[in-house]
Amino acid sequence: MSVKNISITPGWEKYMTKEYLDLVERGPYGKQKKVSEMGSFKEVLEEHPMCAGCAMTLFIRLTMVGLPNPEHTVLIGTAGCGRLALTQTSIPFIYGNYGDTNAVASGLKRGLEVRFKDQAKDVVVMAGDGGLADIGFSAVMHSWFRKERFTTIMLDNEVYGNTGGQESGMTERGALLKMAPKGKMFEKMDMIGLAQTSGVAYIARLTPTNPTRVASVVRKAVMIAREVGPTFIQAYTSCNIEYAIPTPKVLDDARDIEAKRYGFMEIISDEAKAYLDSIDTAKKAKK
Amino acid sequence: MSDSAGVKDVTAEKPAETKEAVELTAGDRQKVVTPEYMFFEAPRERAFITGSEAAKEAIRRSNVDVAISYPITPQSETMQQVGSLWAEGYVKEYYRGEEEIGVMSAIAGSSRAGARSMTATAGPGLMRGMEVIASWPGGRIPAVLLIMCRVVNAPLAIQPDNVELAYLLNCGIILFHGENQQDFFDYTMKAFIISERPEITLPVAVAVDGFFVTHARGYVSIPSKDIKLPPRDPYAEAVPAMDNENPPARLSRDAPIQKSNFISYQVHASWQQEVWAANERARRYINKYMGGLIEVVNPDAEIMLIASGSAVSQSREAVRQAEEEHNTKVGLIKVRSIRPFPTPELRAACKHAKRIIVPEFNYMGWLHREIVTALYGHSKAEIVPGPRVYGGMSMPTEMILQTIFPEKKFVF
Repeated sequence: MSVKNISITPGWEKYMTKEYLDLVERGPYGKQKKVSEMGSFKEVLEEHPMCAGCAMTLFIRLTMVGLPNPEHTVLIGTAGCGRLALTQTSIPFIYGNYGDTNAVASGLKRGLEVRFKDQAKDVVVMAGDGGLADIGFSAVMHSWFRKERFTTIMLDNEVYGNTGGQESGMTERGALLKMAPKGKMFEKMDMIGLAQTSGVAYIARLTPTNPTRVASVVRKAVMIAREVGPTFIQAYTSCNIEYAIPTPKVLDDARDIEAKRYGFMEIISDEAKAYLDSIDTAKKAKK
Repeated sequence: MSDSAGVKDVTAEKPAETKEAVELTAGDRQKVVTPEYMFFEAPRERAFITGSEAAKEAIRRSNVDVAISYPITPQSETMQQVGSLWAEGYVKEYYRGEEEIGVMSAIAGSSRAGARSMTATAGPGLMRGMEVIASWPGGRIPAVLLIMCRVVNAPLAIQPDNVELAYLLNCGIILFHGENQQDFFDYTMKAFIISERPEITLPVAVAVDGFFVTHARGYVSIPSKDIKLPPRDPYAEAVPAMDNENPPARLSRDAPIQKSNFISYQVHASWQQEVWAANERARRYINKYMGGLIEVVNPDAEIMLIASGSAVSQSREAVRQAEEEHNTKVGLIKVRSIRPFPTPELRAACKHAKRIIVPEFNYMGWLHREIVTALYGHSKAEIVPGPRVYGGMSMPTEMILQTIFPEKKFVF
């Protein structure tokens, strides 16, 4: 909620819960928080019902720190594990129908632009590999071709985790999962390549191994989506349950997969690059 | 909420303060009037236009923020004309979506943004968008959906047949069925106002039969294009806009699926009850703005025709012929609102009836089933299932007369 709207009427502070006071006094709204400050401010996401050791939860938590303007952001998700945490953030979250995220986001962003001429409203889709690459594929691709100005973040755990471990289009070839009893028969979908083909302004692939990088990538993606065009982040967020990764080894697995096939990658359009440079120049001029 | 929240009349405040000369759009130059003035008081002129053009003229005067299109026969003409309205500056935002699931989802998005939103579809397009449409009422999405009915099932045809409306009866959407071009014009504008009432906050579908209404011309009396309805006020609705200017609806944060089964049942059950209660609350505004859920012709007749959509026009003519050529007074009930369904109104209007005939433009007779359910235990009349045409056939009045006078022989 925008800072003005969450502020407490003077004199009523003592009646508010600690949680709420923390959100107003030590929340990230109106201030750009850093990953290094985590633990010293009230985060957008705290309590959640995710599995112990879930890499996706870590990634989402870091994403929330990266949001440049959480008080003017609306999140959109779909069925899947991610929304279990996303619904618990102190940011409005839309949970629509199966695979509808990028279509809802298109309408939402345009509607917000009609209503708020002087206040940028950031729209961020966060959904799983099944939600975006399978059931929501058409909506994702068309939102990119139409150059819709919002960010799409894929929580890629390479499986339908929430329904109990079925193969998705983003599963690696050969993986033995439910509905793939002989191992997956075809390659992992190349969503990065498709994003390039459809003219996405900023594309990033990463894992949660480097927290500062996650926050920085998210910040760039949201800023570029605001001013230039669609942005896409594909994040490896392993499912330690379905892939039987021991809880203490979740980050070791992320480092391992990162080294083998999920290395950090950033593809940025000239226009987006020029925009980021202009922000940097403006910042330096201020100093 | 921020100053640009879009709830004020922009025409009143724009010129004086803007830094550089901002060009006013055609929509900005329209004067905002009350719904009552628009519907009942504004001087009207008669035009001879198609149903699609009537819909276009209604949208022009409805202060629409976002319109999203996708082609399908016989709807395409309407949404391409709405595109022209956007190009002319009467509609603020418009694009051609990827297909109907995408379009209906985007409408859910733009409506949640607080923007007045509309789209239109037909037959297979409605079926494709159905998963999303069925979730609009539960999402308390105020929006207007225009439907130009056509065949939905195989073998493929594009002809008029209104079986698709049967699929809308159980999802909570408010549903009007227009008889002609004038209804299409009037119901569409009224749909926006009813949809956005705080105690309703539901989507409204306005259906007409394809081709018979959409592609044929009829006389439509319309007010000046220099006036428009008041803008939507998303802060005065049952569920707040998802614009991060106010606390979001609890439902989005505490979706029943997140909860224990017991809480899940409770949340979903009470939510459904509230959706249908809101649907019923629309009655008040249907009475106020649309002259009631039904219209009755010859209320004392013992034989009553009950119809909706194009079947009403054919029934009107059958009523005239029965009186002038067969010396028999036959009654007619036009059902304007399918949801909410006019159950008490029909019970009252059919008290004296001995035979009730339900002409329909679909095979399975959804209106007949609705009427039988409504009148069960409240009427001793025989409720005749039909006559019916489907797959694109027209309904000759002789077909209705044959059902009224089974002992006579009509040629059709």
